Amino acid sequence: MSDDIILPSATSMSTLTISDVSRTGFGYNPSVGTASNSITSETSNILLNRKTISLTPTSANSIYDKNVSSKKITEISLSSLSFLFCEIVNWSHKNSKGIQDLETRLNGLGYQIGQRFLELTKLREGFKNSKREIRIIEVLQFIHGSFWKSIFGRAANDLEKSQDVSNEYMIIDNAPLVSRFISIPKDYGNLNCSAFMAGIIEGALDSASFQADVTAHSVPVDGYPSRTVFLIKFHESLMVRESLRFG
Amino acid sequence: MKVYSIYILNKAGGLIYQNDVNPGLTKLTANDYLVLAGTLHGVHAIASKLSINIDGMESHQESTANANSALLVSGRSQDANNNKSGLQSIETDLFNLYVFQTLTGIKFIIITSPNPGELKKSYDSANEVFKQLYIVYSDYVMKDPFYSLDMPIKSFLFDTKVKEFVT
Repeated sequence: MSDDIILPSATSMSTLTISDVSRTGFGYNPSVGTASNSITSETSNILLNRKTISLTPTSANSIYDKNVSSKKITEISLSSLSFLFCEIVNWSHKNSKGIQDLETRLNGLGYQIGQRFLELTKLREGFKNSKREIRIIEVLQFIHGSFWKSIFGRAANDLEKSQDVSNEYMIIDNAPLVSRFISIPKDYGNLNCSAFMAGIIEGALDSASFQADVTAHSVPVDGYPSRTVFLIKFHESLMVRESLRFG
Repeated sequence: MKVYSIYILNKAGGLIYQNDVNPGLTKLTANDYLVLAGTLHGVHAIASKLSINIDGMESHQESTANANSALLVSGRSQDANNNKSGLQSIETDLFNLYVFQTLTGIKFIIITSPNPGELKKSYDSANEVFKQLYIVYSDYVMKDPFYSLDMPIKSFLFDTKVKEFVT
């Protein structure tokens, strides 16, 4: 019994030559079937003679080669970010056991970004201007302001303190960047994909020694359907530290 | 031109979105909407086969062989079988219907108020609606992780955005 490998475009490798004439020319043609992918003199000619632009980042001003401490704002496409995030959510969703688990996973992915991005933001502030925030309110203002600006391009919309619980604070964003195009289906309950952003905040806060749990909650208002409240719950020990230090 | 209703058909002719954005049309049953969508899909496909072919089959074959170099030079498909807009509009005394098919085979259909004016002008305004619709579709449907391809669109953000530009 012969073990010929069945190639999709020809019965065997030897029949696939450069002088094969495809009736339809270049590219896959569903009406012809798999044979349309074979190489012809016409298509090889096109491929060999066509002027091309190299997409490999070799030039010095490519985004990959820029100095990390550069203060110049680097922009990336919102579309590619959205598609990537879309796939992140899909992938986490596939692996998760439920809605709660999905949020935890997104939070975990964001957490690592937060830890790293805190370092980068501090580096970009410069050695002279940069200082370490040691009070809760200061670190929150930093997250709400310059940290948010460096990662999402603008400051968050609001920073609030809970009136009932002393260790709860809220950062409010009217249109979170990552979930701008996402609508949560009704059967997903109160899932909020900005859990990813909550993870970023949590990572940054933890890294700055402000241990906290951060969760994202949708609180839509008129005109801002994806308005999100990031609830920051600091650990009790932190409140003790704060009162010891500053009375 | 007032847009009464917006339909979106997937590439197999299934109705994946139907929204009466402005009142004016009588409601049909859910089944009738599906039948209407399927019929339009079929008519569109058949209409795209209607073509004047003076030189017969041979020249047709030749033209497909050069189609690719032409495609690479001009960036436009000139293959007779590719993405031909079979049916673009239906005009009646009571409503106008415009069809726009994307390169991927998704059909956007809008039903508007009849506008007995210049024909080109109504085409242009219909095209403007299609352009907006396509942008909103690409943003709020394609970038939604909870949407699976070719399935009915349930995104409320998409609904809101569609309403924003037609009203």
